[in-house]
Order: sequence, then C-alpha cells, then structure tokens
Amino acid sequence: MEQLSLLDVRNKIAAGDIKTADYVRQVLSRIEKVESTVGSYINIFGDEAIDRAAQIDEKISAGQKPGALAGVPIAIKDNMCTTFGQTTCASKMLENYQSPYNATVVEKLLAADAVIIGKTNMDEFAMGSSTENSSLKKTVNPWNTSRVPGGSSGGSAAAVAAGLCSGSLGSDTGGSIRQPASFCGVVGLKPTYGRVSRYGLVAFGSSLDQIGPVTQTVSDAALLLNVIAGHDEADSTSVEQSDAPIDDYLNKINEPLDGLKIGIVRDSTEGADEDVKRSLNEAVEVYKGLGAEVVEVDMPHLDYAVAAYYVVATAEASSNLARYDGVHYGYRSPNATDYVEVYTRSRAEGFGDEVKRRIMLGTYALSSGYYDAYYLKALKVRNLIRQDFDKTFGQCDCIVTPVAPTTAFPIGQNIEDPLKMYLSDIYTIPANLAGIPGISIQAGLDSNDLPIGLQILAPAFSESKLLRIARMFEKNTQWHKSKPKIPSE
Amino acid sequence: MSKKIDAQQVKKVAMLSRLDLSDAEIERFASQLSEIVTYVEKMNELDTEKVEPMAHCLGITNRFGEDRPAESLGTEKALANAPDHDGQFFIVPRILEENSA
Repeated sequence: MEQLSLLDVRNKIAAGDIKTADYVRQVLSRIEKVESTVGSYINIFGDEAIDRAAQIDEKISAGQKPGALAGVPIAIKDNMCTTFGQTTCASKMLENYQSPYNATVVEKLLAADAVIIGKTNMDEFAMGSSTENSSLKKTVNPWNTSRVPGGSSGGSAAAVAAGLCSGSLGSDTGGSIRQPASFCGVVGLKPTYGRVSRYGLVAFGSSLDQIGPVTQTVSDAALLLNVIAGHDEADSTSVEQSDAPIDDYLNKINEPLDGLKIGIVRDSTEGADEDVKRSLNEAVEVYKGLGAEVVEVDMPHLDYAVAAYYVVATAEASSNLARYDGVHYGYRSPNATDYVEVYTRSRAEGFGDEVKRRIMLGTYALSSGYYDAYYLKALKVRNLIRQDFDKTFGQCDCIVTPVAPTTAFPIGQNIEDPLKMYLSDIYTIPANLAGIPGISIQAGLDSNDLPIGLQILAPAFSESKLLRIARMFEKNTQWHKSKPKIPSE
Repeated sequence: MSKKIDAQQVKKVAMLSRLDLSDAEIERFASQLSEIVTYVEKMNELDTEKVEPMAHCLGITNRFGEDRPAESLGTEKALANAPDHDGQFFIVPRILEENSA
C-alpha cells in the first residue's frame, strides 16, 4: 500500500477523490495486518472511526465545507484525555480511567473533522526514552523489531512510521516527541512552551510539557500545528494571541529562507556515534549547498542540561503525581487496611519502577535540607542554559544538532541503567528547559539501516521559520521517503 | 564506598512520597538514586551565586480570569472514576479510632 501523506489524504478527501470511509477501512486493515508486530496502540477505535468517517463523507457530499483535517485518521498519545475509551498513561494506576472531558487538542482535532483512530502506547506517565516503561503494552521499532521505538511517545512515532495513521500527537517534556521521531524515521515537532494548550494533558513536568505533532512530512506537521496551536483559557500557561500570534504554518512552507544562518555547537557531538556525526555533517553540507552560512557557536552550559533537567522534571513530577491517592480516581490497592495504606499501597502497586524512581528523586530534591543544593541550583542552571540560547540566537537563525547520540538501541539494553537512559536525552532536553521549539527530521540511515534524525532548534515562537528551515532540507533530500519493511507486511 | 543515599534516606523519602517499598526496592533505589544524584552534582562546577533561578521559561506570573459562573463537573461525573463511593461521597477506610470520638 502506498503511504499517502496527511496532506494528500486531506486534499483527496476534500476534493472527493477518495471516500473517508474507504480510507479509514484501508488503514484499519493495515492495522489488522501489522499492529500485532508493532504494538503501537493501547486502544483502537475501529467501529467509532468508521461511523465518524461516514458522517464526514455525508458532510462532504452534502456540500458542506470540510474541516482542515477532514477524514484524516489521527492517533493520540494515551496521556491526552478523551471522553471516549480510557486515558491510561500506560499505567496500572489509570488503566480503567475514563476522562469526564476532552483535552483541548482533542476538541480541536474533532472540530477540524479528524478521525481519531486510537490512542498510542508510551512510557508510563511519559517517563522514559524507549517506551519500555509502559505497564500495558510492548511497542517495537517498525524498522527493526528488536529495537526500541524511542520514547516516551514511542507508540505515536511507531504508528506513523508503520502507516497505522496519517499523523499523531505526542507530548515532549525532555525529548519525548523528537527522540522517538528520530528513532522511527518520522517528523516530530515540539512547539514553543505555551504554543499549544496543555489542558487535558496528564501532567508530568508542568513547566516543560508540550504537545506536538508526529508526522511523515514537515508540511504534515505544519498542518497539524495549524489545528492545535493557539491560546486556551483553560491553560493559564498557553500564550495569548496578542503576545505571540499564531501563523498559518503551511502558508510559506515551501519558501526557502534567504540568508539563512545555521549555528553548530562547538564540541557538542563528542559522545555521539560516528554514523550520527557523519549524518549531521552531511546535513550541514546540504544547507551550505542551499546557500546557508554556517557559524560555530559556544554554549558552555549545555553540558549541565541533563543534570538540571532531572532535578526540575522530577521535582515537578513528584508534586503532580501526588494526586494519585487511591481515593478520587485511579487504582486502589485491595490490600490497604487503613487510610495511610490506601495511599502507600495503591501508589506502590499502581506505579511502575521508573515512575517511583522519579517521584523519589523529585521528593528528595525538594525535601528539607536539599532544596537549595538541588532544586534551586537546577533553576539557576536552567537560566544559564536559556541565556546560552538567547546569545546564540543573536548570531544565527537556528541551531542544528543530533537528536540523540545513537540510533534506536536494542530492547532491554538500557532498562537496568536509569542514568544511561537519561543521558540519551542529552540533545533534546535543552529546548524544554529554555522553552524553545525543536523539530526532528530524518537525515540518514546508519550501518544497521536504522534512521538517524536531525534536530533543528529555533527561538521561541518561531515555528514558522523552523518548519521552513526543516522543509528546505526535506525538499532537497530523499530520506523522508525511506520506509521501514515490517516483517508481517 | 559509602552511598550518597543510603537505605535509611530512601525509607524517609518513600514515606514523604507515600510509597510502600519492599526491601529489595529500597536497596535498588539507594544505589540507583545515589548514582543519579552524584551525576546531578555536576551542577556544582558552575558558580551560580549571581544567577536568578528560573522556574518558568515564559516569565509569566499570575493570570487572572474573569469571575463568572460556569458549569462544573457535577457529583456523578466527579465520582464516576472513584474506587469507592456512595453516590454522594468518596469512601475511604475509617480515619478516626472508634473510641476517639
């Protein structure tokens, strides 16, 4: 089956060239064929998707104007609240949780006539870099089933790579959209903090979390961003239109940037694989060939980003996850004999290892006697990192880096070594700490035929420029056309 | 080598976190958290005495909304996911002893 881009599907459906119901059935039959191998979904809404497709077809044949995502099958990460199905966060704690409301992004997708086809697997509560921390499901990399899909939005990236939806939403707290996009050879965009409403996104690190699109192409990401971006009264950290107006991100997507200046960070790729370094250098050459100027920049504090992040993110997580008390919603231990044990046992039995570890680390960093040494220190380092970006963006339009030091690693390789797993986020974390947007696009294959991603970072609220820069590369290379060969195909 | 975080500290943090950990978990977390905290202390290489802490990248403070009534969730929906309830209240095990009233 030829894999159509999201934009193609949308255009063909809107033009009446294909029926939504036919296309949705096609995707569902592909899911039937390969999903048992890939494992990208926690929940698939087959019947509901077909019903909804029929409604959209009716709307179109009645001559009504279809929405921006008319008939397009979209998957969403299972940490975004939906009134249909469960919202599990891939946790035993929320395995049966049914949200009483939809996340704002879900409302926006529905208003744009998207067909929500399922909810994707993830690391429990979005904590992890391989999706191995899911308590409900195992997801593999469609390019090589012995490898991880990356994480935490591993299901969202694997579903797009395997052609099991036209595009998906992920969430990115320290790289959770960009790193799995890189591992699965698709496009992943983390918008600026505040660009997309977080209302209805189950909170992990509230000052870092951001929802964004995972797609096959840069233009697809622009189209999805058009739908989900914007101020939301229900999220006090989403920015007002007057402060940072949203653009039509598709409008100028094919226009290259004149006089583009690209920054590369001196001595930043020492720890990366040879293939990853080579691919980055080749990408820089592509941009040079398109007339871009390359400047070397110094960002002396990037080296401290992982350390600061794992204090800030876990501190926020320990506070956010205090709400799981075995009383209001979620899992309650049947073994609790008094009210204290309702808390301690429900949480012990409901949370997996990594979630417990992060709650513990965050609680430690915030506890009396350690607050200044860890939490306060991390906030100061965070400021230094932001200042590094401010200075750097005075010299260039964007920064290009690897997305991760390696390509998709073997399942099981890092799971017993949390610190090693954390260090795989070294290139993606700085953008979350600084709140700036970043995109991952495919820029190569390694010696094992696994995708290598290229990360582009740009100043806050410059998604328009960021997408155009990414599109320049995509338009002049063929990497985005390489697709995995799934064994059950 | 003495651990940065020992079993005693893990127990204390587990109590603060309301997590009931097994002895094996306590041992494992002590060594894993020690390793992570040791790594995190790399931040001490930086002199941050004159740096302002940054809790948030947008630099926003309080946002005030209009004070206007809106629909709320309602009892039924609010209780729908509760592990135990009586249609009006969440039910939890007894908090006060029988004779302490």
